[in-house]
Amino acid sequence: MVSEREVWDWLGQIPDPEIPVLSLVDLGVIREVRFDGDTLVVGVTPTYSGCPATAVIKQDIEAALRAHGVDKLRLERRLSPPWTTEWMSEDGRRKLREYGVAPPSGRAPAACPRCGSSKLRRVSQFGSTPCKANYVCQECLEPFDYFKCI
Amino acid sequence: MTSNSVSSDRFNYALRLGDNALILSHRLSEWCGHGPALEEDIALTNVALDLIGQAQFWLGLAGELEGAGRSADDLAYKRDAGAFRNALLVERPNGDYGHTLMRQYLFDAWHVEVLAALTASSDPRFAEIAAKAAREVAYHVERSGELVAALGDGTPQSHARMQSALDALWAYAGGLFVGDEIDARLAEQGIAPAAGSLRPEWDRATGAVFAQAGLKPPASAFAHKGGHTEALGHLLAEMQFLPRAYPDAQW
Repeated sequence: MVSEREVWDWLGQIPDPEIPVLSLVDLGVIREVRFDGDTLVVGVTPTYSGCPATAVIKQDIEAALRAHGVDKLRLERRLSPPWTTEWMSEDGRRKLREYGVAPPSGRAPAACPRCGSSKLRRVSQFGSTPCKANYVCQECLEPFDYFKCI
Repeated sequence: MTSNSVSSDRFNYALRLGDNALILSHRLSEWCGHGPALEEDIALTNVALDLIGQAQFWLGLAGELEGAGRSADDLAYKRDAGAFRNALLVERPNGDYGHTLMRQYLFDAWHVEVLAALTASSDPRFAEIAAKAAREVAYHVERSGELVAALGDGTPQSHARMQSALDALWAYAGGLFVGDEIDARLAEQGIAPAAGSLRPEWDRATGAVFAQAGLKPPASAFAHKGGHTEALGHLLAEMQFLPRAYPDAQW
């Protein structure tokens, strides 16, 4: 019998389909891991309501857990409390920054993820995925993604 | 009152919220690849994506409340125009970009209010979806409000287009605040806000943006409510084509 701790470790190795530098655990979408009898139950919360990655995340969890030998599995959707960027781990924020994406920090990014400057200009309120906005650094002139705060 | 009619009221109300999100999402998706700038194209389709996600939640809830085995997809793709419960505002054709943005702002400003009220609903299913959607819609209204203000206060051409959009859409926006007996019963039970109760805050918020934009809302209090305009049938013909032509298509 596997332990809940092991399952959390496995889930921590599944990359987010859109931002693969983050694991699903870093992203904060795994709400619960428990056993209901001999069935493993994983509670998952969506990020943005319409995010196309939600369906892929579900498939990835199923595939990964089955590959670890889990055959009785139930995924449950959790809407409440709603996912916010507060659910992202500190480790996740650091990984994002290193990846070149400014982590969520209120209404605007705190600093350019490349040079650290705070002289920034918003290019577009929406970016390459529903969770990101587009900024440009006025010092190093590099454009970058900002993980929006919700 | 029987519990049956409570459940039917909640079904109808979830349908209204879901249909508003679905129909407006489809309208926005019509701009995909046609936006006036790449950023605008991306922004509108992202808003459309949020709305379609919200529509899935509301229509999924409506299907459960109805208890007849209809899924969110069944409700979206297998109803005819007469069975849709969306506000007339969201089915109005896109028109020019200013018209699309004005429609969006009038809706977003209402949407943010109704979701805030529903977050405190006595029905936890409504409250949890509303709490989720409210965070996304806060972004929508910030963007559409900024653009309405900027374009209203822009060139004579952009100002004229925004004013004409406001004139054309005003009576449709008014329909959002005209309630019926379903709203009244749900309000009595603390499930949903009374339609008219959202008007003062909406007037205040939109009034501030219109003042900044130099736009003047029409003085008329006339509001369009009920039925559908011809526009909805054309929209559904396109939106529902695939699942109707190829029932149960999978990919």
